Amino acid sequence: MGLTGIQIFQLLPKTNCKECGVPTCLAFAMNLAAGKAKLSDCPHVSEEAKQKLASESAPPIRTVEIGTGDGAFKIGGETVLFRHEKTFFNPTGLAMLVNDDEPAESADAKLERFKEASYLRVGLTLHPDAVAVRCASGDAQKFAACVAKVKSATDRGIILVSESPDVMEAGVKACAGRRPLIYAATPDNADKMIALAKEHKLPLAARAPDLEALASLSEKIAGAGIEDLVIDPGSRKIKQALHDQIHIREAAIQKKFKPFGFPTIALPFEMTDDPIKETVYASLLMAKYAGLLVLSDIQGHSIFNLLLERLNIFTDPQRPMKTEQKIYEINNPGPKSPILVTSNFSLTYFIVSGEIENSRVPAYLAVLDTEGLSVLTAWAAGKFVGDLLGSFINKSGIKDKLEKRSVIIPGAAAVIQGDLEEELGSDWEVLVGPREAAYIPAYLKQNFS
Amino acid sequence: MAVQVPKRTYTGAIRPIEVGKGDKAFKVGGETAYPFYTFEGEMPHEPRFGLDVLDIEPDDWADSLVAIYGDALKDPAAWAKKCVEEFGADLVQVTLAGTNPNDKNLPPEHAVEVVKAVCEAVDVPVSVWGSTAPDKDTEVLRAVAEAMAGRRLAIGPVQEDNHKQLGAAALAYHHVVIASTPIDINLAKQLNVLLGNLGVKDENILIDPTVGGLGYGLEYSYSVMERARMAALTQQDEKLQFPMYCNLGIEVWKTKESKLPDGEMNLGRQKERGVLMEAITATTLLAAGADVLIMRHPEAMKKARELSAELMAD
Repeated sequence: MGLTGIQIFQLLPKTNCKECGVPTCLAFAMNLAAGKAKLSDCPHVSEEAKQKLASESAPPIRTVEIGTGDGAFKIGGETVLFRHEKTFFNPTGLAMLVNDDEPAESADAKLERFKEASYLRVGLTLHPDAVAVRCASGDAQKFAACVAKVKSATDRGIILVSESPDVMEAGVKACAGRRPLIYAATPDNADKMIALAKEHKLPLAARAPDLEALASLSEKIAGAGIEDLVIDPGSRKIKQALHDQIHIREAAIQKKFKPFGFPTIALPFEMTDDPIKETVYASLLMAKYAGLLVLSDIQGHSIFNLLLERLNIFTDPQRPMKTEQKIYEINNPGPKSPILVTSNFSLTYFIVSGEIENSRVPAYLAVLDTEGLSVLTAWAAGKFVGDLLGSFINKSGIKDKLEKRSVIIPGAAAVIQGDLEEELGSDWEVLVGPREAAYIPAYLKQNFS
Repeated sequence: MAVQVPKRTYTGAIRPIEVGKGDKAFKVGGETAYPFYTFEGEMPHEPRFGLDVLDIEPDDWADSLVAIYGDALKDPAAWAKKCVEEFGADLVQVTLAGTNPNDKNLPPEHAVEVVKAVCEAVDVPVSVWGSTAPDKDTEVLRAVAEAMAGRRLAIGPVQEDNHKQLGAAALAYHHVVIASTPIDINLAKQLNVLLGNLGVKDENILIDPTVGGLGYGLEYSYSVMERARMAALTQQDEKLQFPMYCNLGIEVWKTKESKLPDGEMNLGRQKERGVLMEAITATTLLAAGADVLIMRHPEAMKKARELSAELMAD
């Protein structure tokens, strides 16, 4: 992560002994830098080099896991400032707040919405990750009861929110076996919170009023032997919150500033009373480095959009998203409906299927597995050609469902028309559609309605 | 304890570009740091927010949008007036959807008439967006440029296929071009070089990086914009030192999610869903360097603008 191959090479014995399995120390150094080799593969490396490399190769931001089993999720572990430089690894955790003094019906309705907020997209299930239970009553008993209720209502992660160590202890006990995050140690209660986190082996969040105080608190907690730390710079105005997130990430990654080498937590619900504004704040902090966000509520119209943003921002830019190869039915097609064909690059699929829906013309959409390449790129690579498409359509069995057999190919791949006609045979008609998806509705309305 | 915050050295700046004529004309751009990194540099001109006005009455808009504009959707001039007077748009974009050669295929005269009416109805800057079909846009946007000579419209999308004709028209009639390329930093640069060779001055160019809506390719636009800003500000890439124009409303409001009725598929209420979809798209683009944002729902615009103002405030 930190060092380049050349820098690592300087620390190696440079004997080219080959015992690590590659011919030269330089090649081994390159593999180490690329994460393809372990330092322990080198039998002759010096202690000094080991120490130096170990500290340099540890990820600049620690990965922290919250929750257990299927409900566990990871935050942190990031290595870059901008997603195009590599990728962002662990999606921002999204949590919903429940107060222990909230009327039961309100809390129950929220927990129900939390459970229902689950969406299938590009083969992934998107959902929020945790419930944050806050002690607003000041009463440890009440808090423990609320925690127990949340614990039985969901398998997902839990965040315990209180600054009182006594209240927190009651919460921790009510949450046994679920690895909740303790929020928060502050400069005032740090000793007791540290003891609690250590005793129960739990991740701990640290909050301080500014970056300097946060660095000191983080150092103190790490010094006490706690590794799973989440940090909160305490800013509750969006401008300061954004700046703090940037400073923390840059200090951790560019300066290897250890006290900030942890995922962050931000609390948009404390920044405004307007739920729309809160969601907008959350969306900014998601793009800009928050590891965990706590929201006042979960509503389909807000959480769905945040989950989409998270999917977008945390998608690996080097790997195209793919859609399943199959024939999709859009607008209830029948025996006279046309088949449009396209590639399985998920963006292409979303745009083309969206435009067909907009046209309100019933149609089939045949999505060919092009390994995530777009139509033109796939065609150039020989993956979107007449015989592959033809055999996909032939094998799908769609033919028997149709009376009028029309296939529409993308205008950008017009050249495959002849090959596809040949492959499908004379009882099919192969038409060339528009080049741009935006023109699909007009094309379909003109020719098929 | 002393916090080690790295300080970046910037070597370039975004050019300030003026759009419009008269009292309401404004400048965008001028940044000397990454978007809202005001602890490292200047952001002299705030991002500007426009609302989208169509030349023909839309027949496929979400109910929550139709409810806002009502009968004004039938009259571009009244529609534009509402955008400015009621909703406080900094500019109005006229989208010439009716000229689409694959649909209604209305002639350039229609476009000229609509743009004229809108320009007379409002005092804020106006941008004009074609059907995106390069040949038809050449014809239509050239006619608009000529009819509105000196009004300093922003005209787009100017694409590689029609940059010569549209670049020349903008040059002759004193407008700003919106140089549009398909989510690719090298193509964006290349088009600006071509426009420069043609004689279009640097002070007359905005970049359209091509925008994907939330859940529909936003990540590609996001990263291309971040890379463009990085090249412009830290690698002295002069041909990318232009403000970015993001036509996002159209992308957000054509998605099925923005139109589904209340309660379907656990997606909550239509109005809030659409507003947030657009406001979050705008927020993300602001974070990546958007300077002009063209939106459709006034409440989404209001939220994004409030955020921008809070981030700009001292």
